[in-house]
Amino acid sequence: MAENNEREQGAHTIVIAVENKSGVLARIAGLFSARGYNIDSLCVSETEDPSISKMTLTVKGDERILEQIYKQLNKLIDVIKVSDLTEGDFIDRELALLKVKTLNAAARQDIMQIASIFRAKVVDIGKQSLTLEVAGKTSKVNAMIEMLKSYGIKEMIRTGKIAMARELNQKK
Amino acid sequence: MTGAEIMVRSLKKEGVDTMFGYPGGVLLPLCDQLYDSGIRVILVRHEQGAAHAADGYARSSGRVGVCMATSGPGATNLVTGIATAYMDSIPVVAITGQVATHLIGSDAFQEVDITGITRPITKHNYLIKDVKDITRTVKEAFYIASSGRPGPVLIDLPVDVQRAEGKFEYPEKIEMRSYKPTYEGHPLQIERAWKTIKEAKRPLLLIGGGVIISGASEQLKIFVEKTGIPVVFTLMGLGSIPGDHPLALGMLGMHGTKYANYAVVESDLLIAVGCRFDDRITGKIETFAPSAKIIHIDIDPSSISKNIIVDIPIVGDAKNILSKLVENAEKLQIESWVKKIMDWKEKHPLTYEKNGLKPQYIIEKLSGILPDDAIICTEVGQNQMWTAQFYKFRKPRTLVTSGGLGTMGFGFPAAIGAQIANPDKIVVDIAGDGSIQMNIQELATAVYNKLPVKIIILNNYCLGMVRQWQQLFYKKRYAYTCLKNAEPDFVKLADAYGAKGYRVTTSEEFDKIIPEVLKEKEKPVLVDCRICEEENVFPMVPAGASLDQMLEGLA
Repeated sequence: MAENNEREQGAHTIVIAVENKSGVLARIAGLFSARGYNIDSLCVSETEDPSISKMTLTVKGDERILEQIYKQLNKLIDVIKVSDLTEGDFIDRELALLKVKTLNAAARQDIMQIASIFRAKVVDIGKQSLTLEVAGKTSKVNAMIEMLKSYGIKEMIRTGKIAMARELNQKK
Repeated sequence: MTGAEIMVRSLKKEGVDTMFGYPGGVLLPLCDQLYDSGIRVILVRHEQGAAHAADGYARSSGRVGVCMATSGPGATNLVTGIATAYMDSIPVVAITGQVATHLIGSDAFQEVDITGITRPITKHNYLIKDVKDITRTVKEAFYIASSGRPGPVLIDLPVDVQRAEGKFEYPEKIEMRSYKPTYEGHPLQIERAWKTIKEAKRPLLLIGGGVIISGASEQLKIFVEKTGIPVVFTLMGLGSIPGDHPLALGMLGMHGTKYANYAVVESDLLIAVGCRFDDRITGKIETFAPSAKIIHIDIDPSSISKNIIVDIPIVGDAKNILSKLVENAEKLQIESWVKKIMDWKEKHPLTYEKNGLKPQYIIEKLSGILPDDAIICTEVGQNQMWTAQFYKFRKPRTLVTSGGLGTMGFGFPAAIGAQIANPDKIVVDIAGDGSIQMNIQELATAVYNKLPVKIIILNNYCLGMVRQWQQLFYKKRYAYTCLKNAEPDFVKLADAYGAKGYRVTTSEEFDKIIPEVLKEKEKPVLVDCRICEEENVFPMVPAGASLDQMLEGLA
């Protein structure tokens, strides 16, 4: 799993606090595309302060590229703060919805069992499918997806990671 | 009062007395308001001219340049000018009209998403949707454009917002939680830098446009004279200290002097101030200053270690940091290093064969007779490089040239802006026969406003710099670079616009007419100099080669 050795792979989880204004997402996305950086995942939402939005991004790159990314992000007028959570302890979660094929009763049983192991919820049921909701670390979501692949995943959507530094943050 | 009036009052609050622009449908309320406002609006003949003129105004004066255009094509015509200002960190505020807010997104007549288009080429931009936001936006725009690392800011103003009723309450102070440029250099870093400088055996200063922008010329000169460290310049750094100073080695890089490039290659410490290590100065990045430690002083943290890994970064304002460095500065024991450089300087001077009318001669001549405060604008190409090599800039803000973007057609409208900002100075545009045709329509602007801009066309009937590359690297296949068959009669052209035109074919003729050209105070003067067609710019470091692999002149 890529996420199990996130750090070795040079993947970083960055949280950006920005002014909650129209056009800010375009500025950030534009910065990445213009400079040839890749975004692996991106999640944006309002915060406890409605004038501030937070974006969680996962990006890959060596130290130099990442340093440039932080600096370029900081240069944008609407960016208030950029934090690389990968440097310390942080909590991260992701949510996925999966529509899995259930060709027979046995398959349905199996899938429900797998879901319960991963503490996923059944949120919809059809004649030949089950829709599961799973939340957790990206690695856990990946593991469950891996387990369900053999049954046939009809449709899947993921939110991308959201992350927050731990209160007693220890630098790694 | 209307949004348009609020806009005009806000501009006045920011000290704007001159703008460059072109009217249009959705800009009408603002134009109408400006008409008797006391702000001088220079009507250009193409919006690109407005953006470059505002840029030239800003570069030559240090004030914020302001331009305006209508929506759609008016706005897109500003784009090249905005990008030019962005690449060279020039404070420009561009105001564009926009279709009414309820029409935005409907592909209305003359609608473009100009904030979207200019996002990567502005320092910041705004679309004002509410008349209440005008004053704060203008305040922020001027602050952002002129502070930190300066740059262009665009304000898009829909026509219904210009017409809407609102109150004028101009904010006294500005508070932006997300924008706080660093001016003070970190004291420990400055201390570390000085320690390193003291220990260096072969130190070299590398000066970029940041020194000129921050007004650090005096501090730099004191530092150079106290320490005795030689100086090389980027194109944008020329004029920061006098080009004829004994320790000034001229420009480095692709068309730099041999001695500047040799000095970079052999130095053991490079003190870079306000520059960004563009590929035109570094050549092959792996072999750039191979044995040097690098100190980099820059106000923009993202410039540091972007292209070149830096040993001692100092983020802050060049003037501030140089003042601190000057405090401790003392004479360094680097006589043998300086002697070595002086030997190179003597052995490998910039030179050219003196037969026929040579462009280098023209530049040298101008450099010799023009006063120190004359402002020299250039177009882009050979004309620009010859100017950088052979004109001894003696004061900051006397060279106005598109360094980063390399915009042909920049020089003449920029000269118009510079002349308006500096009515009493001599303003010259050194042009090529290609570049001048890119914004020749601005002759009308210059004539109408009685601007005595001197246009010196180094006419070699071709796009010389591109032809030079074709000659050297493309087996002399001159694809699309010959202008000979359809070149206009520039003298007649000047005449048609109501300007004065001259043609010279020999150095003697040039010498003879130049006093007359300089005497003209009422209208633009164009001199069509039929230069030696084959002349090229040397030395030259081929793209991607190391700085010490310079090509010399070809026979």
